[in-house]
Amino acid sequence: MNTAIGRPVDRVDSQAKVTGGARYTAEISLPGLTYAAVVGARIPSGRVEAVDASRALAAGGVLAVLTHENLPEIAGQPHLLPSLLGAAAPGQSFFPMQDAAVHYAGQPVALVVAESHEQAQYAASLVDVTYRREPSITSIDEGRDRVYEAQRLFGGLMPGRDERGDVETALAEAPVRIEAGYRFAANHHNALEPPATTAVWQDGRLTLYDSTMGIRATQLTVAHLLGLPLSHVRVITHFVGGGFGSKAMTWPHVTLAAMAARHVGRPVRLALTRAQTYTSNGHREEQEQSISLGATRDGRLTAIRHHKLSITSRFDDWAEPATGVSSQLYDVEHYEGVHSLIQGNTMTPTFTRGPGETLGVFTLETAMDELAYELGVDPVELRLRNHAGADPRGNPWSSDGLAECLRLGAERFGWHGRDPRPRARRDGDWLIGTGMAAAAYPVAFFMPEQRARARVYEDGSAVVQTGTQEFGTGVLTVATQVAADALGLPLESVRFEAGDTDLPNTSAAVGSAGAGMVSAAVHAAATALRDRLVAMAVADAASPLHGADPAAVDVADGRMRLRDRPGTGESYADLMIRHRLADTEAVGSWTPPPLDTPHGLLTFGAQFAEVAVDPDLGLVRVRRMVGVFAPGRVLNPKLARSQLVGGMVWGLSQALLEGNEMDTRHGRWGASNLGEYLVPVNADIPEITVEFVEVEDDVVPLGIKGVGEIGQVGAAAAVANAVFHATGRRLRRLPLAAELVMDPPASS
Amino acid sequence: MRPLGYARVSTVAEAVEIVATDPAGAFLAGGTTEIDLVRLGVARPDLLVDINDLPLHDIDDLPGGGVRIGALARMSEVARTPAIAGRYPGVAQALLLGASQQLRNMASMGGNLCQRTRCAYFRDGVSPCNKREPGTGCSALDGLNRGHAILGTSEHCVATHPSDVAVALVAFDAVVHTAGPGGVRRIPIDDFYLMPGDTPDRENPLRHGELITAIDLPPAGIAERSVYLKFRDRQSYEFALVSVCAAVRVEDGIVTEARVALGGVGTKPWRARLAEQHLLGVPATAESYAAAAAYELSAAVPRRHNAFKVELAQRAIVRGLTQAARGGMR
Ligand SMILES: Cc1cc2nc3c(=O)[nH]c(=O)nc-3n(C[C@H](O)[C@H](O)[C@H](O)COP(=O)(O)OP(=O)(O)OC[C@H]3O[C@@H](n4cnc5c(N)ncnc54)[C@H](O)[C@@H]3O)c2cc1C
Ligand code: SF4
Repeated sequence: MNTAIGRPVDRVDSQAKVTGGARYTAEISLPGLTYAAVVGARIPSGRVEAVDASRALAAGGVLAVLTHENLPEIAGQPHLLPSLLGAAAPGQSFFPMQDAAVHYAGQPVALVVAESHEQAQYAASLVDVTYRREPSITSIDEGRDRVYEAQRLFGGLMPGRDERGDVETALAEAPVRIEAGYRFAANHHNALEPPATTAVWQDGRLTLYDSTMGIRATQLTVAHLLGLPLSHVRVITHFVGGGFGSKAMTWPHVTLAAMAARHVGRPVRLALTRAQTYTSNGHREEQEQSISLGATRDGRLTAIRHHKLSITSRFDDWAEPATGVSSQLYDVEHYEGVHSLIQGNTMTPTFTRGPGETLGVFTLETAMDELAYELGVDPVELRLRNHAGADPRGNPWSSDGLAECLRLGAERFGWHGRDPRPRARRDGDWLIGTGMAAAAYPVAFFMPEQRARARVYEDGSAVVQTGTQEFGTGVLTVATQVAADALGLPLESVRFEAGDTDLPNTSAAVGSAGAGMVSAAVHAAATALRDRLVAMAVADAASPLHGADPAAVDVADGRMRLRDRPGTGESYADLMIRHRLADTEAVGSWTPPPLDTPHGLLTFGAQFAEVAVDPDLGLVRVRRMVGVFAPGRVLNPKLARSQLVGGMVWGLSQALLEGNEMDTRHGRWGASNLGEYLVPVNADIPEITVEFVEVEDDVVPLGIKGVGEIGQVGAAAAVANAVFHATGRRLRRLPLAAELVMDPPASS
Repeated sequence: MRPLGYARVSTVAEAVEIVATDPAGAFLAGGTTEIDLVRLGVARPDLLVDINDLPLHDIDDLPGGGVRIGALARMSEVARTPAIAGRYPGVAQALLLGASQQLRNMASMGGNLCQRTRCAYFRDGVSPCNKREPGTGCSALDGLNRGHAILGTSEHCVATHPSDVAVALVAFDAVVHTAGPGGVRRIPIDDFYLMPGDTPDRENPLRHGELITAIDLPPAGIAERSVYLKFRDRQSYEFALVSVCAAVRVEDGIVTEARVALGGVGTKPWRARLAEQHLLGVPATAESYAAAAAYELSAAVPRRHNAFKVELAQRAIVRGLTQAARGGMR
């Protein structure tokens, strides 16, 4: 019986959020709470020569100033691994304030603890740090002589190179070749809630309230860094004000808060300032990508070479993997994907929504647009012609849907009959163009076992628990829906609890995997509980279901009954009261399919955009967007739509607005607030249409492929292709700022 | 945030007296610039003197067709005042294209004129910056200067003045009224803004403790068909890359009077007098506008990241004049 899943149910936490009842980490108030402020390094490279804390210590309310001279040593540095793996996930394999070395601007060099937030902030400004500046590399341009090919990415999880066939020869022999290079500015996440941690020690045990996308990752990381048994660290997170990857890893400030709390013997809250979020929780690295496509005259791809160059930190080979889609989406015999790196003086970059593949797909799909023009083939048709029916190993897709997405998108958008000629449409001062792109995003399956617990009370209500956290995606709502359906209870009778590592554990909710893996665990627990109750009934001589085949029983509205004779049955409550059970519960778990599952794993979609470009003034306005996606089973269309619209807005933003420049002289980002780092405002967002294509998938948990990233993938490419159609100019940089888009002056 | 004192005053004399005698005192109006800068550690007053109770909120007609705007009138109020929206539409549009509704409800006209540059090096509190700490150098000269000025710059500072409405006020020769320790003054708005020269820390001629009391807009028939256009990366809630206030009177196809002022490109709200002169007596065509714009921008000094503004400003002027002429054509 399926009643809640698939319905556009309102968020279960919406009232708490709009009334302010939802408490975020920096709002947790505790007796004796103190406040910490981080002092970040002003230089990108060098040493702290001296710290004079005397002025800070003399300021009102100050309890302590910690520096590398008095901060205890960490017990051990965990390896850098994505938090989805379910191991410690430190964000970078460097922990600050262990010695005097400075590796990036903003690196914590001191920590002030005071009686109030304002006092801590003020005292932080009074800590006098003397630095010895050393030469730094903070941009790709500065590090061109130090490029190396990455052997492994993501802390060793992924190879840096992916190849098959003979690309060199295939490209040389290709009748048609497209070659293009792109530059992408660094991006930041800009979650509305800056990261915050509140740390409380009691009897050698640590409780952390942390704004994280993975309470389990916080628990594992902090326990490792402080040398504590896992049982001594508890992490609580009820609401998170957005993450987008910035809270997927456990950054140093979390552990610093715990260390500060131990030092002052009182609870400590550490909330990063807005400016500090640009240097404390990773970013999408500045990067360049180049692509070569080889094709036949009739528009069949024969070869793709896709290279990425980016800048990482001194301590980690981190790059967003950019070739996971370009290596698989199209049927191409010869392929080469390579990631190259420069080690520089930034912190380790990190996941940023649609990690890697959003820019990888931008590169692929704008090159495909060029190829379509080169060949005179319709861009939609070119994708259809080349879409692979299986992954490069020959494994069929767990589910596909790309062709349907492309066709439905073209129809909804009104693509057919488009005049492909650039600069063909005008509306006053505006040139009008349309563009499209295919979208795909890998389904990640490298998490460990995921667990949940379900309990039914004798009044027929249920509580289902798992240690995930709500950061705006709606996981509390969809997990409630899944539990209600699996238990055969009305939605109102089910309460879903999360946000505490004392509950059964799940991994960090990243890589679009959150809803799927949490739902799978919840489904397993709820089903186990239902099966137990049904088994009890059929074994009970006093039950109307006595002797029935459990497989012939289903449950609706809390009543177990024979599927063919719904009149025969009884409620959970009656059964439990008879058995004098105040409640009964079951745990359940879900383990992902093995990594060598014989299936190709991509989520597919298609993006279409119409833009207006004022070529005199360099202005680009997106007029409408259509996105069609095949994300597998949609648990809640309202929430899924929000996620996908949000992703498309991110894509628009990436195309037109977002980017931070490094001032290489100071080694500091040019923008460190939402006034200077541009994200769209409402006025920038046009009408957005989202449609779903239904696909059945037996491989992924509950058939769910996830909606967290796919909405963003391809959106920027569709916009940029539309800008080409409007203007006839290929712009090979993001964001498409006015100075790029402006028609060059007549003289130049 | 630094600990600081707060006082609330009810007369102009009291306000002037307190700030004039306290070297670390500062006026507080809507606070949308001042509180920001205090939190950033860029402004360092020890005492904020809240002037919001002063009787400077009114917007009154002046004999002859001008308007007097009290220094504490809020941006949003001024924009919706019929005398402004009707007689000086360029001023109203400049106000409405600035900041956000919430900010406009809070921000005063006096505070708007005194807002500080958005140069990120000025605001970060640590980079060398002659405006914030005279003599330390200018980080923007060879740094990230996309948003910076191309007109009126010096080797000491290339920061733009960020106000939108000041651009329109400059176009229509507004007059700033002040009350200070030395008595009252009337300062033509073009003189109110100083070029950076070698003292970029001094942005206006106000003495410490001198208070803006009102802004007069003199009668100007040409303003009735003025326009204010603002060009920026996103469609709202951003300072201008280039903005233009334009008004033009055309008789028999010939320009007989023109007002042009630019925002986003000048170290002060930029009255384009060269362009205005060039326009007198020429046919009201895009070509003449472009020639006038080129003349104005011939003095531009571009830097590494803002060179595009030289061309953008010219195109903006053409757009502004074209639109103004469409409304102004008889
Ligand atoms: C996010 C953001 C976006 C913005 N965008 C725009 C924009 O697009 N366009 C635009 O034009 N502006 C913009 N602004 C600036 C805004 O218009 C100004 O901050 C505002 O007008 C200042 O007025 P206030 O009353 O808040 O001044 P306050 O912050 O109170 O004061 C500003 C300064 O003026 C001094 N002062 C105030 N009143 C007087 C007086 N009567 N006499 C003498 N000195 C005085 C104060 O001492 C202080 O130094 C933006 C501001 C923000 C925060
Ligand atoms: S442009 Fe002016 S405000 Fe900006 S850094 Fe230079 S001196 Fe300072």
